Amino acid sequence: MTIQFELNGHLVQANSLPGSTLLEYLRSDEIHSVKHGCDHGECGACTVLLDSRSVNACLILMHTVNGRKIETLESFSTHEELHPLQKDFLHEGAVQCGFCTPGMILSLEALDREGSEIKETNVRDALNGNLCRCTGYVKPVKAALATLQKSSSTGGDS
Amino acid sequence: MKVIGQDTQRVDGEALVRGNAVFADDIKLNNVLHVKILHSPVAHAKILSIDVSRAQALEGVEAVFTHKDFKTHYYTTAGQGYPEPGPRDMRILDSTVRFVGDRVAFVAAETLEIAEEALGLIEVEYDELPTIFDVEEAMTSNISLHSESGKSGIHDAAHNVAAHLDAEIGDIIKTLESSKFVFEGTYSTPFVQMASIEPHISLTWLDENNRLVIRTSTQVPFHVRRIVAEVMDIPVSKIRVIKPRIGGGFGGKQEILNEELVAAVTLKTGRPARIEYTRTEELFAARLRHPELVTFRLGFDKNQILTAIDLNILENCGAYGPHALTVMSVTAQKALSMYKAPSIRVNGDGVYTNLPIGGAYRGYGAPQAFFPLESLMDEAANAMNIDPIELRLKNIFKVGDDIPIAKILGEGREGFPMVLYSTEVAACLKQGRELSGWEQLRSEKQIGRYRRGVGVAVAGQGSGIPGIDMGAAFIKMNEDASFNLQVGATDLGTGSDTALAQIAAEVLGVSVDKIIVYSSDTDMTPFDTGAYASSTTYISGSAVKKAAENCKAMILEQGRLLLDNDKAEIEGTFVVGGDGKQISFEDICTKSFYTDEQKQIMGTASHMSYDSPPPFNATFAEVEVDTLTGTVRVIKIVSVTDAGQIINPRMAEGQIEGGIPQALGMTLSEFMPFDDKGRPINLDFNSYHIYTARDMPELVVRFADSHEPTGPYGAKAVAEIPINAPAPAVTNAVYNAVGVRIKHLPIRPEVILGAMSKNGAN
Ligand code: FES
Ligand code: FES
Repeated sequence: MTIQFELNGHLVQANSLPGSTLLEYLRSDEIHSVKHGCDHGECGACTVLLDSRSVNACLILMHTVNGRKIETLESFSTHEELHPLQKDFLHEGAVQCGFCTPGMILSLEALDREGSEIKETNVRDALNGNLCRCTGYVKPVKAALATLQKSSSTGGDS
Repeated sequence: MKVIGQDTQRVDGEALVRGNAVFADDIKLNNVLHVKILHSPVAHAKILSIDVSRAQALEGVEAVFTHKDFKTHYYTTAGQGYPEPGPRDMRILDSTVRFVGDRVAFVAAETLEIAEEALGLIEVEYDELPTIFDVEEAMTSNISLHSESGKSGIHDAAHNVAAHLDAEIGDIIKTLESSKFVFEGTYSTPFVQMASIEPHISLTWLDENNRLVIRTSTQVPFHVRRIVAEVMDIPVSKIRVIKPRIGGGFGGKQEILNEELVAAVTLKTGRPARIEYTRTEELFAARLRHPELVTFRLGFDKNQILTAIDLNILENCGAYGPHALTVMSVTAQKALSMYKAPSIRVNGDGVYTNLPIGGAYRGYGAPQAFFPLESLMDEAANAMNIDPIELRLKNIFKVGDDIPIAKILGEGREGFPMVLYSTEVAACLKQGRELSGWEQLRSEKQIGRYRRGVGVAVAGQGSGIPGIDMGAAFIKMNEDASFNLQVGATDLGTGSDTALAQIAAEVLGVSVDKIIVYSSDTDMTPFDTGAYASSTTYISGSAVKKAAENCKAMILEQGRLLLDNDKAEIEGTFVVGGDGKQISFEDICTKSFYTDEQKQIMGTASHMSYDSPPPFNATFAEVEVDTLTGTVRVIKIVSVTDAGQIINPRMAEGQIEGGIPQALGMTLSEFMPFDDKGRPINLDFNSYHIYTARDMPELVVRFADSHEPTGPYGAKAVAEIPINAPAPAVTNAVYNAVGVRIKHLPIRPEVILGAMSKNGAN
């Protein structure tokens, strides 16, 4: 079946085979920021935004994205400019191997868009589905608080 | 120093934070074959027959491989020194399977789905053999897992002993007999998984000259090249191994895991091939930490000074023996390099069982050493009524001490003499004592349902393998005074490319953005044994420092020629004569390329060391035990490390912060149980629970002021040390809270409850 959805601001059409997942589609479409870590919704490496909410692309069947809006990390930066979360991740040393990083940033962006108050516990809750074996989450949490507290205090929607 | 000691941003950071195509799987191969492995469902069996005709006939299946397709050749998958210190006991595919997960066959097909379907069509008849899961039983059983002739390097195949270790200094029996106090205890550490978030993935293809290219998530590209060449029986010159960015390794990728399979597919079919492990395969068919059952005996004199350390190690290798000898010898070396005792002895056996294969995991054998040693030190302190910190301060090795075990135990051969040139473990203990609130927590009487406790443990590691690890570097200059730094060293996500760039920048007097790093490509970069044994900063870093110095000497030489002044010297990025004339690095290089005294300014160097200075760490854990449920919650970890001069504090902190939750996982949350048929039970991240953002305790991470005279700019290693001490610090804290001594990891609530009711403490 042919489906239509928005991917990083562009309308795309895709052929959805029964049982195929959004993760398979995105990786075959060379959306490299979306990683494969477990295939079972346990690691968060495949996190994308689906209508601004963070989801695990490995659990999303292709036919269910018809008419919806998908964002991946590819849409977060331009050639010149990084997204504030990307900047703070770099600045705070929150990136080690970087395999979990795209998923973490998307989960945090989803938290930011929810508009609730940014506290460390919310940040940890938002990151709880993103497994990281390198950082102990110390610097990712620090980076997230640096960006999100700034953005919520200025009321900005980054 | 301008660059060393600075929080330089990672050289690969921007690409990573953008999610650019930098990992092994982020390239598109045309016409690629997908490879899947048929894993054994039984723990021990002979393959009576294997029929692949139905699989082969499935549309889209290109090739099916079984043991019949390979001649008998035994090798080891361990990516370590050569000749290998461990046994050669494994075939690419064998007619006997020895654990649930062993390779039976593999399939190459047009799609992953077809490959998976084909696996189900392979018909195998197994003749099941008796199994052994227990190490002690394995040594007396009449079942032998590796009795085939042609295998080599096995210590005693008839008794399933893959590797054996013994060494003695002084007279241990006599010393223990005459010691005022003797303490003895047996402890065990379990199977745990490295669990890098990126699974093992390897891609192969033939380049335009028909050479085999292997793009793989590895810590050991040069060992991959050597072993694949051997197993496939092709020259090293026909293979190029490329290590792109790696999504974590922690030792799990110090192994030739599947590279030889995809190589076989590409060599047979001429087509690109790809294999990626699923998370389930990672958990049962990759590598795990070797469980060890360790007995320590410690003797003390009346002044609480150690007289003797005696240890006995039983290491569970699982079905094959990669790293069998060396993990165990690291257990012994590290245990005997912490405290000074006139008499020491070690006896160890690494034993085969029908369980998954032990491999390399951060800390190597050291966590298996420090959990028992530091637990027994705590018991000894309690029994002798001395503060556990004081007992350690009294007995640790000091600067200038000779560490005698180093000479006897090397990597599979005799080692090298070792003198301690730097140790700040005393400072680490003192700082940790303050930061953990030790005095107050120790003196609080614990009553009620939730009881708090605090515990301490110390640990050491090494910096590379003395006499074995070698790294090399090549630096060439460009006309804008930038430099290409080419190193064999393998950055597996730790940031070593950045640390090495900092070292080069410091020597050359330029900023780090002038250093363009390219690492770990067997065609393009010089040799390096690889990223393991905490060797990169110390060994490869020293190679980079020397190469940069050579390059700098050539800049000066060219500058003097161009200025026609042999007294000129380098100042900043100029060569300056005393006569008011000077020439910039840019001009020196440009002229050297195009107009005057033409040549390429460059430097190369290699480094190998007979020293392996230990980094040290003191870890303090504060825990809360729920006396109703027996659960343990870690509230705070204070980790103070002596890693010599820190090259990049923020990255070094990251290493410590990442190592601690791995250690806490082994202590509290990562369970690897098997059923009575040897089948693993926890096959996903829901059941095999690694620490999440919400699980984390408060971490306080500090470094002691330290300088190692043999290290590049005074540096020692930092990557492995944080994983050694948290487990005993936590269990010692549990003892402090509720008086229960945990001797076997992971901590099980029912054990705490049982012991408490026995103690009548509930
Ligand atoms: S790959 Fe989707 S959650 Fe792990
Ligand atoms: S940075 Fe490696 S998994 Fe998070």
